Amino acid sequence: MALIEIDDLEVTFGSGADAVRAVRGVSISVAAKESFGLVGESGSGKSTVLRAICGLAPISGGAIRINGAALGSRRDKGFARRVQMVFQDPYASLHPKRTIDATLAEPLTIHGLGGRDKRVVSALEDVGLDPKFRFRYPHQLSGGQRQRVAIARTLMLEPEILLLDEPTSALDASVQAEVLNLLSRLRAARGLTFLMVSHDLAVIDHMCDRLAVMQQGMVVEQIDRAALADDSARDPYTRELLAASV
Amino acid sequence: MRGEGGPLLEVEDLRVTFDTEAGPVEAVRGVSFTLGRERLGIVGESGSGKTMTGRSVLRLVRPPGRIEAKRMAFEGVDLLGLSERSMRTLRGKRIAMVMQDPKFSLNPVMSVGDQLTEGLRRRDRLGKADAVRRALEMLEAVQIRDPERVLGAYPHELSGGMGQRVMIAMMLIPEPDLLIADEPTSALDVTVQREVLAIMDRLVRERGMGLLFISHDLTLVSKFCDRVLVMYRGKVVEEVMADQLHAAKHPYTQGLLNCLPRVGGAREPLPVLERDPSWAE
Repeated sequence: MALIEIDDLEVTFGSGADAVRAVRGVSISVAAKESFGLVGESGSGKSTVLRAICGLAPISGGAIRINGAALGSRRDKGFARRVQMVFQDPYASLHPKRTIDATLAEPLTIHGLGGRDKRVVSALEDVGLDPKFRFRYPHQLSGGQRQRVAIARTLMLEPEILLLDEPTSALDASVQAEVLNLLSRLRAARGLTFLMVSHDLAVIDHMCDRLAVMQQGMVVEQIDRAALADDSARDPYTRELLAASV
Repeated sequence: MRGEGGPLLEVEDLRVTFDTEAGPVEAVRGVSFTLGRERLGIVGESGSGKTMTGRSVLRLVRPPGRIEAKRMAFEGVDLLGLSERSMRTLRGKRIAMVMQDPKFSLNPVMSVGDQLTEGLRRRDRLGKADAVRRALEMLEAVQIRDPERVLGAYPHELSGGMGQRVMIAMMLIPEPDLLIADEPTSALDVTVQREVLAIMDRLVRERGMGLLFISHDLTLVSKFCDRVLVMYRGKVVEEVMADQLHAAKHPYTQGLLNCLPRVGGAREPLPVLERDPSWAE
């Protein structure tokens, strides 16, 4: 059984004549410990799929199941322990007035978990940050360091699934390489399942086993890494993306 | 083609210094290049000084920043010696700049039409009908399909790609001789990106415009420009012909190229850039 099953998902914003169908009948399934990519351009609905899983976008049709259990309209604490999300912009996703320590400890407080000191220090170590960063504020960190903090925060509750929304597109190429390597290492060490969104086909190809190409809210093609490498992508839009990324 | 012979822009030993409480910080440290009627790329990571180099040409560095250079000349005229008043006659008309993000560079409370015709009416003293006609022509030139609708629209009603094309149209209306484009396509999707690049490319070839193309994207620059300057911490560490970028010699350039993932590439960890302090010396 697939760990994440998305079945004919529809997300519509607004209603009547102004309604925008951001996601139109998307179906994908991701096995446990698999890394699955969603690739497409801005407005293709790829991030909205991730946001719908987290309860941040209104689901107007279809179903999302995690380990066989359908998600309702609310996400409870149990959901947060299994599924966590890394956002695109680490400048926006960390609270500017909280120290790294406070940011990382918040999930522990909410979930009533002890051993704060040990867990915060080991989370920093896991993402390759020196313990001296613990009591600093986000503005004292570089973009890459901030994204490491955002990743550390998702790991505090030891989830099985990471939803990654363009985790490196705000970063320089050399920093992107470091963060992608970190994510691969964490996935291997912890047996994580990734659902990763990017506009960059090369990043998705590097990180994911299979991927779906989205355009205008729909999946136009699902393809695995080997097929992409032997140039057997069929959809013209996939081919266009491929041509643009070599 | 105007102004034949001689380089369009000459920059020698450009320095941009910010005086801070902790002492002077040099953002650009002795950059030299010349630009003809060609496409010159400047690449580097954030903080490398590439944007400051572009802004210096238009003298758009605000205090406490200071611009100094042995020579910075546009068509032989010393830019640093010009009065602010003469500088204003160059800005926009002869040297134009396209910024990275249309969201922050277009006036949100002014219609696209008013923004596009403002310069024509005030600077060139065109009548309203003529100005609108020129604006429509330019929107068509940047491949906007329904220019009449776009002319009446406000910036928030446009997508990122449309907004960026409007910006480019606005910069091209006065037919500048030099266009400084700072990450002009970074906010755009790959398919739109190609259209925008094709527009700029045509202007270089057909009108003989000079283009200074600033970007963090090495692959894009190598495909689009003629020559590339690679900047690291305020200095040019390497200059290469764009089609020879893969044969770049400087370890920083090589490192930047190697750390990019490739479709069909190996699954091993990506090579990480090891910075050598001597690169910045």
